[in-house]
Amino acid sequence: MDLTLIVVVVIVTALLFDFTNGFHDTANAMATSIATGALRPKTAVIIAGALNLVGAFLSVEVARTISSGLVDDTRITPVVIFAGLVGAILWNLLTWLLGLPSSSSHALFGGLIGATLVAAGTGAVHFGAVVTKVLLPAVISPVLAGVVALLATYLAYRVTATADDGTVRKGFKAGQIVSASMVALAHGTNDAQKTMGIITLTLITAGVLAPDSGPPFWVIASAGLAIALGTYMGGWRIIRTLGKRVSDIETPQGFAAETASTAVILASSHLGFALSTTQVATGAIFGAGAGRRLSTVRWGVAGQMALTWLVTLPAAAVVGAAAAWAASTGTAGTVIVAVVAVAVAVGIYAASRRRPVTAENVNDVPAATPAPAEQPIPA
Amino acid sequence: MTIAWGSLGIVVLASLAFGVAVVALVAFALVGLSARQATTNGARAALSPAVGTAVAVVCLAAVAAIVGYGLWIIVS
Repeated sequence: MDLTLIVVVVIVTALLFDFTNGFHDTANAMATSIATGALRPKTAVIIAGALNLVGAFLSVEVARTISSGLVDDTRITPVVIFAGLVGAILWNLLTWLLGLPSSSSHALFGGLIGATLVAAGTGAVHFGAVVTKVLLPAVISPVLAGVVALLATYLAYRVTATADDGTVRKGFKAGQIVSASMVALAHGTNDAQKTMGIITLTLITAGVLAPDSGPPFWVIASAGLAIALGTYMGGWRIIRTLGKRVSDIETPQGFAAETASTAVILASSHLGFALSTTQVATGAIFGAGAGRRLSTVRWGVAGQMALTWLVTLPAAAVVGAAAAWAASTGTAGTVIVAVVAVAVAVGIYAASRRRPVTAENVNDVPAATPAPAEQPIPA
Repeated sequence: MTIAWGSLGIVVLASLAFGVAVVALVAFALVGLSARQATTNGARAALSPAVGTAVAVVCLAAVAAIVGYGLWIIVS
């Protein structure tokens, strides 16, 4: 296949991944604000989309990590990156259908690693960088966000125990608007950069950019727009899971969870750790739930999520590897991969229409999973 | 394989310090603002309305400074 054509195909596919990343991760910033009523659903996704766009322009540290760190860019081709993106997109769509907040980042890394292993062998994957820049933060960041949110929630309830209820509720509700906006901004600084990194890697492997180059402006702008548009579309299924199925979130908890997420994501982005914002936000919501009372957290849901987190990287790697194997047979193989991917994506979308979750019914949870009785922490 | 423990340590400490501090400061600010409400309701507050307002202003200014510092670090 003509190199220019495949580069264009990869860039378009990367922007499609960015779009799925956006709607998959709207919940990270806005789930608790929507659940507590601090923001109307539609208002929430407009704010989140706009701030993701702004965030995309604030930093390129994570983009550099991806474009020059995880795989040997001298041993892979744009076709390999295309195959990796196919694995990531399909995993994102499947987990969205199931309402599971899996990591878009790990889907991306998994797809890329699987495709690279098949196309160029184990020597082309920088496993050291995978461990230090991806796996280690993946283990530490949700736990850290959970601990910060737990401590913050505990303090918030203790400190305001004797304060006026109305003032506290209104104050934390206003605070949630700010903290949710900060998470959306932080998400833009971290996740939009992953697509920037992938497109930059493609341009490097095609010889358009020199090795170790940063992303050009048009790459930053297009990645920012794609993730903003995806965020605006709202992944309502995952918003429902994080906002309503983990725990019954109150405004102090929502504020604490979002503040914890922001602190962890911004600190990590600044130092170039490509962490999963989904895992951070989810860890923070569990921490905030436990900070009020351990029994208010639905630990069964936590188990489902933990399982999804464990299989995300290998599952996307398997799909990416299969796509790379098929694409390696030539142009016909690449076209078949694209056609199959589109067919599966359309099938998943059609399946989602059977029980649609929208801005109107996002806060309606089935009666089968009643919330435990609310027990505030005594002063 | 080199693990950047120093950078990870900074992330852990900064997240703990800033995350917990912001929420605690907002909570104290709300306690301060509650003093004004308690006066309106005729209830007895731990702080006078003036002191409560001053506490709230100081706490919210500190929160604004922390958030501004975080943004400045990212942009710079």
